[in-house]
Amino acid sequence: MKYSLIIKIAVALLLARWKQTTVAAVGVTFSITMFIALLGFMNGLNDLLDGLILNRTPHIRLFTEVNIRQEQPIHHQEEFKSGHNFIHSIKPTNSRQAIYNSKPILSTLAEDERVLGVAPKINAQVFFTLGTIDITGVINGIDPTAEATLFHFNDYVIEGKAEALQTVSNSIILGKELARKALAEVGDIVQVITPQGERFSLKVVGLFQSGIQEYDKTQSYASIKTTQKILGKDSNYLTDIQIKLIDINLAPAMAIEYAQRFGTLAEDIQTGNSQFETGSFVRSLISYAVGVTLLIVAGFGIYNILNMMIYEKMDSIAILKATGFAGTDVNRIFIFIALSIGITGGLLGLLLGFLVSLGIDQIPFRTASLPTVKTYPVNYSLFFYAIGFTFSLITTYLAGLLPANKASGIDPVIIIRGK
Amino acid sequence: MDIPVLKDISFSINKGEFVSVVGKSGCGKSTLLYILSTMDTDFTGDLLIDGESTHGKKEKQLAHIRNEKIGFVFQFHYLLHEFSVLENVMLPGLKLGRYSNEEVEHRAMERLKTLGIDTLARKKANQISGGEKQRVAIARALINDPQIIMGDEPTGNLDKRNSEIVFDVFKQMAEEYKQTLLIVTHDTLFAHNTQRIIEMEDGKIIHQ
Repeated sequence: MKYSLIIKIAVALLLARWKQTTVAAVGVTFSITMFIALLGFMNGLNDLLDGLILNRTPHIRLFTEVNIRQEQPIHHQEEFKSGHNFIHSIKPTNSRQAIYNSKPILSTLAEDERVLGVAPKINAQVFFTLGTIDITGVINGIDPTAEATLFHFNDYVIEGKAEALQTVSNSIILGKELARKALAEVGDIVQVITPQGERFSLKVVGLFQSGIQEYDKTQSYASIKTTQKILGKDSNYLTDIQIKLIDINLAPAMAIEYAQRFGTLAEDIQTGNSQFETGSFVRSLISYAVGVTLLIVAGFGIYNILNMMIYEKMDSIAILKATGFAGTDVNRIFIFIALSIGITGGLLGLLLGFLVSLGIDQIPFRTASLPTVKTYPVNYSLFFYAIGFTFSLITTYLAGLLPANKASGIDPVIIIRGK
Repeated sequence: MDIPVLKDISFSINKGEFVSVVGKSGCGKSTLLYILSTMDTDFTGDLLIDGESTHGKKEKQLAHIRNEKIGFVFQFHYLLHEFSVLENVMLPGLKLGRYSNEEVEHRAMERLKTLGIDTLARKKANQISGGEKQRVAIARALINDPQIIMGDEPTGNLDKRNSEIVFDVFKQMAEEYKQTLLIVTHDTLFAHNTQRIIEMEDGKIIHQ
């Protein structure tokens, strides 16, 4: 079959009704534009909100917790083994909060191929002394380099430098709200008291703003070494090991594996933050639904145009069939018309959608909780463009299918006799 | 209950014959033509074209037979207004695909020349007169050197002068090129000038 001939006839028909076909193509363009802009914007927001928590959260966190022993002395007494024992006011005996064998665990994790990176951490409760008042706070002992690469720590440091934690001894980075309360600026000295009563002077080398105000009121960061010094612990003392995986979906299974292997508690990101995934999913779903609805409306436009074209060109179709064009040829002509409307409309839509996305990306969007964001976030993932184009092809094909089948089924005898 | 439009029809046409079919309105002559043209397949019996049965053939194969072996001239010209005169003539030839595009164009020009309308070749189909349109339709029917040309009242819409021109064209084709023609007509003058007349009444052939 000669496609060039079919294309030639289709193009002639298209040009004969160019105004209507343009309107139909504009419908597709409009819906694809909206689809791309909407998905880009929605997913930009999703990424932003996810980033707010998920980027800063380890995929798996190994830690120990002050816990009550499940095994109590009464369980070892023969005479009480058969019954159910109620024991009140059990107190924990093990006061150790550090992870046992932290060094071997770190080296084992470093060799695990599924692990992207590991950042050790120490959680230390302290009091910040402000004149006569002490306020509670937390010092997070971190490895600034690992924290920056794995959890974007540098993005949240709004004043000073995170690296200074390593270069300046006895240094600290304060949460913005905490610094405001303490009237501390970069270069000042703050006093902290440990729960054990040790007093320490620390130099403020930076301020950070996490985007969650409550967090900024109490949190501060120091290097691991400094924190160990404040607490008077040795260099093995770590309370948390934060792990980032290559594939986040493995986290729940690997958390269980690590908990058994290292004898620590392990929490995966999915268990801790499932509400974020639900939110992202619903937002994506809504944008897809709106986009597909727009496309279906555009599809009806194409369907109408083709139906009209077929009624108008009934004679032409009849004579084509009388002079030897088969039903399948006629079908192909109209499918070609529908698809060319879909392709041109769709491609234009992708381009316009990209431009609209660029426009949204320029709109200023400042919020105190998100220091790194200056304009509305937009996701430019090629995936949306591919989906949008595929959708436009599918809907225009389906919109063309019925009219095309109708055209191919036209009986030339009825039309030729009707004159 | 089925009421047959045609009963016991059996006849054959030899190559190079110029035959006309006449009869009153509703006698079934048009139905006969559409059955012969393979476009109407709702009949019992068999139709042989060029010695080949069309019975049980698929729509696509029948379309190919029409394309290759039958040329049509209808009462109305049915030219595609989106195309030029030349392109209208070329379309069935391009569909057949036996010759290259250049050859088809050359053949189309030859036929337009035979019919004396080669000067109109580049005009749009809706820019020429009714008589000229009908001649273009004849040129289109001739493009694939068909075994037979079938006409359904080809002069029905034309004035006397144009009717004569069309008749002369048919006659010239029959005599000079040995082209087989089967023309359904109301025009008794037209019919009497053909080589053979098939007369129909109530779905039967009463004289041939």
